[in-house]
Amino acid sequence: MTVADEKKALICLIAGLLRDCNHVAVGAASPIPGAAALLAKAAWGSPRHVNILGSVANNFFTGGGGELFDCAAQGRIDAFFLGGGQIDGEANINLMGRGPYPTSAPRWPGTFGSAYLYFLIPKVILFREEHTRRTLVEKVDFISAPGVSDEKIYRKGGPYGLITSKAFFMFNRKKRRFSLLSIHPGSSLEDILDNTGFAFDYEETTPVTPPPDPELLKLLEMDVSRPVAEVYPNFSATIFPVT
Amino acid sequence: MPAEYSDLSISDFASAIPDGAKLAIPADYAGVSMAATRALIRRKAKNLHLVGVPTSGLQAELLIGAGCVATLESSALTLGEYGPAPRFTKAVREGSIHLIDATCPAIHAGLQASQKGIPFMPLRGILGSDVLKHHPGWKVIQNPFSESEDPIVAIPAIQPDIALFHAPLADRDGNVWLGRKRELVNMSHASKTAFVTVDAICETSLFETEEMAAGVLPTLYVGEIYHAPNGSWPLPFWNGAKVDDAHMQEYMKMAASDAGFNEYLERYVYGESAMA
Repeated sequence: MTVADEKKALICLIAGLLRDCNHVAVGAASPIPGAAALLAKAAWGSPRHVNILGSVANNFFTGGGGELFDCAAQGRIDAFFLGGGQIDGEANINLMGRGPYPTSAPRWPGTFGSAYLYFLIPKVILFREEHTRRTLVEKVDFISAPGVSDEKIYRKGGPYGLITSKAFFMFNRKKRRFSLLSIHPGSSLEDILDNTGFAFDYEETTPVTPPPDPELLKLLEMDVSRPVAEVYPNFSATIFPVT
Repeated sequence: MPAEYSDLSISDFASAIPDGAKLAIPADYAGVSMAATRALIRRKAKNLHLVGVPTSGLQAELLIGAGCVATLESSALTLGEYGPAPRFTKAVREGSIHLIDATCPAIHAGLQASQKGIPFMPLRGILGSDVLKHHPGWKVIQNPFSESEDPIVAIPAIQPDIALFHAPLADRDGNVWLGRKRELVNMSHASKTAFVTVDAICETSLFETEEMAAGVLPTLYVGEIYHAPNGSWPLPFWNGAKVDDAHMQEYMKMAASDAGFNEYLERYVYGESAMA
């Protein structure tokens, strides 16, 4: 598989996770999740609403920058995506930087809305393409947003799973632990054990991630590539070469 | 509010922003006044306290690099797909600016408290985050309406001295049209005053039609207006310009070193007044 094929497979995989959603919001710099949300909407009409932050054409909010957060707190957003420079085995995420705060080196942009949205959106899909011990760590250096909270804490949402370029993990909030659901073609259980810095549950017979449905892939290439290009021109140029 | 905008130069506009001012500035996509940013650097502004609403980008990066900033209060500083902001990264590593790291809805909530003239706004989430641990102002309180234990974060009001941004249009009465960018309205209501650069001046009142009036920031909140066509350059503007991609790539190359950054300022910031 080429790199472009791998990215398209990730888009199709993520699209399938959004079918049960009414409203999916996507951060400005998340082309693969953004493309997945647009694809799911085109394929199944579900999610009905896709909101891409920072986009003009694909952002229907009229109440200003705070509307997303009010929506989330009211339960009006079903799924969202978070990443991070580090993600640990308890699904804590670090968007701040490596090393001791505040003199982080490197410093990453910052926490954005993660410290809030992680608590309030039911299905938060963690997405980080780089699958190495540098990004998937035992314990994050800075908790931008915690993966789990005590029962006394008001929490309506949290981590659903983690998708990387190598695998798909589900998160078990009771056990506070990831379990390996499937391994993408081109990787293996050994490869994943070698490159994951945190412990997780797995079966020796973990299945391979199924290939994208050909119809869905066709829809992505034929119809959805255009709106994807409007929102993420540079990304689009890398996976949908101009013919 | 001056009736004749032509009387005011961008230098006058920037000089009316005092050293040490607390400035509310929008995210890179919401209408950043880069024209005013360059003028602030030219007048060697000092000790600014920037409040990114809710994040900032090239504007804070340039002001930090030029030594104008004492404090950055924001949920992020991002140049998006161009990669890590070089001057910001260096300042953080060297500890040369004071950071108040927040999370987006907390910035909005702090401004909202200021808009309402109340001391704080409670907000869900955040508990257990290291952002809460390090933030100098946030406090965890018990929900006074709950009989069981229900901790909630209290965000103190944020009252900037000046909201500084770029908008498409102003009329001769000092009203500013900003469409559905309501965060600019919130910023302005929360701040003591608003300084706005605009792409165009409209000769008729923005209140003439209800369609336009719905997107108006009334002159009551506006302190200064300056006519700066394409004043968000090189950043994109929601009501017009696309990002100047070639310029941003050039910036990233030049700002990688101290010497290169100084050359950038010479060429594109100090040089601009000669061009204008």
